Amino acid sequence: MELFVFVCATVMIIVGALGVVLRKHPVHAALSLVLTLFGIAVMFVAQHAEFLAAVQVIVYAGAIVVLFLFVIMLLGVDQVENLKTEPLAGQRWVAGVVGVCLLGLLGAAIYTGADSVIARGEGIASNVAGDNPDANIQQLASSIFSDYVMAFEVTSILLVVAVVGTVLLARRRTAGKQQTAGAAK
Amino acid sequence: MNALIVVPTSTWYLLLSAVLFTIGTVGVLVRRNPLVMFMCIELMLNAVNLTFVTLGRRLNDINGQAIVFFVLVVAAAEVVVGLGIIVAIMRRRSGITVDDLAELKG
Repeated sequence: MELFVFVCATVMIIVGALGVVLRKHPVHAALSLVLTLFGIAVMFVAQHAEFLAAVQVIVYAGAIVVLFLFVIMLLGVDQVENLKTEPLAGQRWVAGVVGVCLLGLLGAAIYTGADSVIARGEGIASNVAGDNPDANIQQLASSIFSDYVMAFEVTSILLVVAVVGTVLLARRRTAGKQQTAGAAK
Repeated sequence: MNALIVVPTSTWYLLLSAVLFTIGTVGVLVRRNPLVMFMCIELMLNAVNLTFVTLGRRLNDINGQAIVFFVLVVAAAEVVVGLGIIVAIMRRRSGITVDDLAELKG
């Protein structure tokens, strides 16, 4: 069963990622991105990270892709990129070589390092065990609000800085640009 | 469970995220539309998130999921600021590709 879920989610992720890269219309690329993000969320559920799967769908598919679509519509949806011509000579060829090399390096690292990973944590509480349906959220919350509470507070500062900076960037002249800052919140 | 049923191990997940990261990298290198380049950066961030969750399960450690939580927040802030910059640039000029933004070239 887990194999079936893995194969389906893998097809979703790869097809979506290729769609982002290969589709020439930005709106199609954004919708392909949604497919990939849902596939990642399925992977999170398959690995017992239920809270992160929900956050993935809400934040990424619900907020970030909507923000992308806002900006695409704002800049004009009819601007289709010409994928036939190559702006820099030999750039795609070099990019392909870089991609193959990167994939080879990552694969080699995964295979050589597979045995050196030793389970040392105190365990992940799983909802599948049955007794506590909120086990994942409780364990994650106790980690974030005790071990990483300082980073959590700094995160709030980061969000305030981002929102204020975006408002300052987009404030001038037209009032319609406020939407980008409003949708971010 | 009989022996014929294969259960995906964490290596499978790691290889999938490596493929996803590579696709995102090639996309950033190939595409010229800044919005699509941002989407490819999102692909790379998601590949790293999948790696964190997989290794968190492999190491039996909840901190992998906690880090993914922070990566999500930083990614959201990054997209907001980046799209604000793109809108501010595009308002001054009509070109849509990053090749048109060569003013800082010395």
